[in-house]
Amino acid sequence: MAIGKRHEIHTRRYGRNVGVGLLLAGFIAIIFGLTVVKVTRGDYEPPRGEVQE
Amino acid sequence: MSDASANSASIAPEASFGDFFALLKPRVMTLVVFTALVGLLAAPTPVHPMIAFASILFIAIGGGASGALNMWWDADIDAIMKRTRKRPIPAGKVTESEALGFGVALSGLSTVMLGLASNWVAGGLLGFTIFFYVVIYTMWLKRWTPQNIVIGGAAGAFPPMIGWAVATGGVSIESVLMFCLTFMWTPPHFWALALFMRKDYDHAGVPMLTVTHGRRSTRIHIFVYTVLLAILALGAGVTSIGGPVYMAFAIVLNILFVKGAWDILNRDEDMSEVDNFKVERGFFKLSLLYLFLHFGVILVEAIMQRFGLGGW
Repeated sequence: MAIGKRHEIHTRRYGRNVGVGLLLAGFIAIIFGLTVVKVTRGDYEPPRGEVQE
Repeated sequence: MSDASANSASIAPEASFGDFFALLKPRVMTLVVFTALVGLLAAPTPVHPMIAFASILFIAIGGGASGALNMWWDADIDAIMKRTRKRPIPAGKVTESEALGFGVALSGLSTVMLGLASNWVAGGLLGFTIFFYVVIYTMWLKRWTPQNIVIGGAAGAFPPMIGWAVATGGVSIESVLMFCLTFMWTPPHFWALALFMRKDYDHAGVPMLTVTHGRRSTRIHIFVYTVLLAILALGAGVTSIGGPVYMAFAIVLNILFVKGAWDILNRDEDMSEVDNFKVERGFFKLSLLYLFLHFGVILVEAIMQRFGLGGW
């Protein structure tokens, strides 16, 4: 048995919701990819002088 | 009016995903993506592919956001002009407030994300480009001065500079030259369009040169700007973004372009009416190829230089 009752708006907005969902998933993938690149390149490491102090 | 008809009239058709995408002016976006990519790849500093991809994406979203805000502000004249009548707002698919919210949200998102992904010079340039296109061009110049296209063209010329800034973190003579190329190209491109889409601008009351100074003056303006553009395009060929390949293409393209502008100059309205503006339409199509090929060969020169070829 379904948790919620299926409303007409679910059918009507199906395409739009799928589109937004895919966009959000893509956005998360891009942020993840950027983070991996920047962290592995050492973009966020403090300057050496600061570490020694 | 019956209750049923009142209800059906009050409920607007719901915007689809594609309608929101259309707000981003996808065709303009392709030009933005291409020129920004050339600016990025032509720069002497290599960029990590992931950062390059994300940066181009955010530049494209920023360009699209300014398109959405342009459609929000110009919804009244878009409804009058045949060329723009089917855009999402005049077609009743997206409301003005939805377009405004969409445009503002994407503007902020793209600017901040580009700054975070690459650097804040690039992010700042993108933010300024959106501001320039929406506030300076759309809200101020477009309905006020016949020079709207000339000054407003700067907005469309910024993407290669932003791409260059993504790679280098700054602005240099090469990126300014790429800016100038698009900047000088814009007026003859749009004035040729205004010549054969004349009724549209007349009806909408947009002070295009064709409306304020007449069609003869527009033909003269097209020729003068095309000659200036040709000088600039050929001059750019002897700088570091140029080379023998660029020069070979630029000479051919600029001869064709100046010839097109000369033909437009030597025609009058009667001649144009007879063949339904064949020369003007041909010049407009050539202008698209002109810009695409110029940036294409800048990219080719940049790639060749990586392999020790190209350049002077």
